[in-house]
Amino acid sequence: MAVLIKVKVCGAASGYGADMLPLESAMELVCPAGSLPALKKAVDNGADAVYIGFRDSTNARQFAGLNFNDKRAREGIEYAHARGSRVFCAINTYPQPDGWEQWKGAVDHAASLGVDAIILADMGLLDYAANKYPDTPRHLSVQGSATSYEALAFYKDNFDIRRAVLPRVLSLDQVRGVARHSPVELEVFAFGSLCIMAEGRCYLSSYLTDESPNTRGACSPAKAVRWQETPQGLESRLNDVLIDRYGQGESAGYPTLCKGRFDVEGSVYHAIEEPVSLNTMDLLPELQELGISAVKIEGRQRSPAYIADVARTWRQALDRVQADAEHFAVDSAWHHTLSGLSEGGLTTIGAYHRKWK
Amino acid sequence: MMKLSLGPILWFWSRQSVFDFYGEAAEWPVDTIYLGEVVCSRRRELKPDDWLDLARDLKACGKNVVLSTLTLIESEADLRRLRKFCEQDEFLVEANDQSALQVAIRNRIPFITGPSMNIYNTATLKILAKQGLQGWNLPVELGKETLEQLIAELKHEDLDLPAEVFSWGFLPLAWSSRCFTARHYNLPKDNCQFRCLEHPDGMELRSRENQELFRLNGISTLSGSRYDLMRELPDMEQMGVSTVRLSPEHQGMGEVVKRFDQVRRGEAPDTDPLQLVEAPPCNGYWYGRPGMDLQKGSS
Repeated sequence: MAVLIKVKVCGAASGYGADMLPLESAMELVCPAGSLPALKKAVDNGADAVYIGFRDSTNARQFAGLNFNDKRAREGIEYAHARGSRVFCAINTYPQPDGWEQWKGAVDHAASLGVDAIILADMGLLDYAANKYPDTPRHLSVQGSATSYEALAFYKDNFDIRRAVLPRVLSLDQVRGVARHSPVELEVFAFGSLCIMAEGRCYLSSYLTDESPNTRGACSPAKAVRWQETPQGLESRLNDVLIDRYGQGESAGYPTLCKGRFDVEGSVYHAIEEPVSLNTMDLLPELQELGISAVKIEGRQRSPAYIADVARTWRQALDRVQADAEHFAVDSAWHHTLSGLSEGGLTTIGAYHRKWK
Repeated sequence: MMKLSLGPILWFWSRQSVFDFYGEAAEWPVDTIYLGEVVCSRRRELKPDDWLDLARDLKACGKNVVLSTLTLIESEADLRRLRKFCEQDEFLVEANDQSALQVAIRNRIPFITGPSMNIYNTATLKILAKQGLQGWNLPVELGKETLEQLIAELKHEDLDLPAEVFSWGFLPLAWSSRCFTARHYNLPKDNCQFRCLEHPDGMELRSRENQELFRLNGISTLSGSRYDLMRELPDMEQMGVSTVRLSPEHQGMGEVVKRFDQVRRGEAPDTDPLQLVEAPPCNGYWYGRPGMDLQKGSS
């Protein structure tokens, strides 16, 4: 484990005091948990914090059979706190008037559970949480689309957020610029699915289906997916729209709409993005030097076994960078593990590398 | 009577094309004109001062002018350009991200929020109303039902915040740090050779079954079908919508404005707006359906 000051927090304790923050230079590992077994795996394998969501569309990973009811959330929080890990609760979709009471109820629920932070995106909900539960820290979700220190200052001034998760659209130099003037802690995406649009402002999914991350916590929802064997090959469709067609020997991936092959002026290619995963492990020394507070693993929809492997690997990497950033190198075994867990077996550092753009 | 507005130009046009376009627009029956580069920081045919000069000219022609800010702010240079718009007091600002909100609020510049600002509930509007919000655009993915509720709640709160609805044009749906036009030409974004200039209405992205899905436009992705709420205008008026936004296209825009002007005056035209850039129509979002859908027989 990293050299962290771990304080056991029990029951209804809310928030974390200065005595609970990691030592200044240690970056935290924040892992996803879509279920209680996944949460336990994350904690057992070195997550400093796990993030969860409730079983409804109040969070941006609404999947059938996923997420936490009240009982499971209580068990999970107790399990994590007993082992010195914290629990964040994501309520990061955007409530419309007829959902306002439900979303507010989710904030009340999270606060009553004694989570260590609530991850929010909507300004109205941030305001509600800040006024009603000032002692429960607020993190700005990546869905809040803050890409500059001015935007961060807006959220800090208005809702006193403690931390913000940066969208995956910034290059390392741009992250540096934001970090230099940031009024809040920063968390960046480290590993998992690569979202290449500015999060929180992508409406592609609701254009093809009737659900989007903002409205329903879903992108390219499973209910709209259809697979079909045809003489031309295996086809994946989203609300009847052909997203991709696979020839013999090609491995097929989930039809996330921006990762399909399309025709632009007569050429058929991955016109928006290839099906690859984000992996920023190589950048850990730089991220640490920039003063980034936490690295985030994407994937509440993933299995407990996946979470265990990813958490363990990243824990080792973070411990090593903490011990000696100057001589940090990615262990080939880590690389092997992470590649095996990635979409199409491929990883990229995405927008962190300017040339990717 | 509802107002008509011309949204900011979402495409990359040459300097001369932009001046020609607004030269004509000065004569059109639009009440409000939004000016500025909202998509790509590399598009600098017009500098901030050029936009300001243009704004003054259009104001002199009797137009209400609003300065629109870049949607995806990524660098210090982007912030410098943003401040240029948010540190003047001649014009309202259309804030297209929270950076713009912050700078406008700090400088006490009254502002309107653009369609890419996530306004999904009344609580959000109330927070901004206290800090200079003068009007707001409905996010494109929201429809009639949500808007009706929002307008009713605002009325209940006694808040006068005029609502504007993106009503005609290709819908701006996503912004990325990646440039899809440069990617198509196998060029790095930093050396894109400004290929967007060759595509004044974007590049069509079709499925392999030839279905028009999206339009690629630099770092932004727009709808492949053209959103068209012309036949929903009576509905909108009845609900209390203040402004109908039309999104600029490089051909036939005058004719589009003319027909929307007729409809808002209750003079229904015989035909739909001219479609010089061919694209199927859609209105799904308005009816709470997938955006690409077309609900027929409405109005």
